[in-house]
Amino acid sequence: MKQYLIILLLLWLGSVPAVAQDIPEIDRADLARITGQANDTTYVVNFWATWCSPCVKEIGYFEELHREYGASGVSVILVNLDFPNQVDSRVIPFLKERNITAPVMLMTDLQYNEWIDLVDPGWSGAIPATLIYKNAERVFLEQELTREALYDNLHQIHN
Amino acid sequence: MTTYIKSITDMKKTMLTFSLAFASILMLHAGLKPGDNAVDFSLKNVDGTTVSLSDYSDQKGVIVVFTCNPCPFAKAYEQRIIQLHKKYAPEGYPVVAINPNDDQVSPEDTFDKMEARSLESGFPFPYLKDATQEVYQAYGATRTPHIYLLENKGGTFKVAYIGAIDDNAMDASAVSNRYLEDAINSLRAGNQPNPATTKAVGCTIKTRN
Repeated sequence: MKQYLIILLLLWLGSVPAVAQDIPEIDRADLARITGQANDTTYVVNFWATWCSPCVKEIGYFEELHREYGASGVSVILVNLDFPNQVDSRVIPFLKERNITAPVMLMTDLQYNEWIDLVDPGWSGAIPATLIYKNAERVFLEQELTREALYDNLHQIHN
Repeated sequence: MTTYIKSITDMKKTMLTFSLAFASILMLHAGLKPGDNAVDFSLKNVDGTTVSLSDYSDQKGVIVVFTCNPCPFAKAYEQRIIQLHKKYAPEGYPVVAINPNDDQVSPEDTFDKMEARSLESGFPFPYLKDATQEVYQAYGATRTPHIYLLENKGGTFKVAYIGAIDDNAMDASAVSNRYLEDAINSLRAGNQPNPATTKAVGCTIKTRN
């Protein structure tokens, strides 16, 4: 029984993504899917990078939102825009240190001009930027968000 | 009656003030588009001199680069910007770099640190400080690096291209589209650049709000 519990505990520990979050690589077709899903989930898609100080400042609010609303119809996706050759040296250590459990995806398509408009035609490409949407209801924010602003915008869409 | 007229006048004044304020807000956000007249500037260079756009009236054009010290994209493009100047200044298209960041928000962008970077990297072009942040706002730059290619049309600088240098910030050897060089070559051939604008990921311009 005791051994069984230890195995269960080990399995549980192994499933905590912050220990070693797996970062799927995505391209512009994946991004189009991620930013255009038609279902009853509210998607909060944040574009960030470890070198972007305002992104680093606000990322805790997205993690908090993921933990609070992840089981109630809100899906937080953190799209990372670090250079793909810096994922092991910068992104993974950052996620571990901050204990980020919200799903992170690495955008590997560096031809930014080919996909920025897919996310929102009003986006210039500066980060942080956040898209919150449910079906056709969308709000796009090219700015750093306070906790309050993030939650206010979420509640515009997710009610 | 007098009171009535006065109040109408006041109302008109108020409306004018409002619409002017509204127009300036719109302008602030819209910035320049391809085809617009460029906005002249006079900014302090790292060598202590003042550099104005009008100093370049004998050139065919100017490559205005809004850039900064710490942004990884700015760093990734630094050598490419130096090479662009070396290649195109002799053709009449020199680079002018402008740092738009508020150095209280971004301490790596003080005038002293700009001077140090310019010396360290051997910038062959001016590196100007947009101390009041009015120039980047007038141009409508939103990130670093952000390029405005200007063409000299009979003494008036017009915006010809706005956007990225090329399509691979990480690896200069893996570039497949040289947007800026293509735009310069279009101008040299007497054509307008196509595309005239491109987008890229970059660092936000740092302001105190």
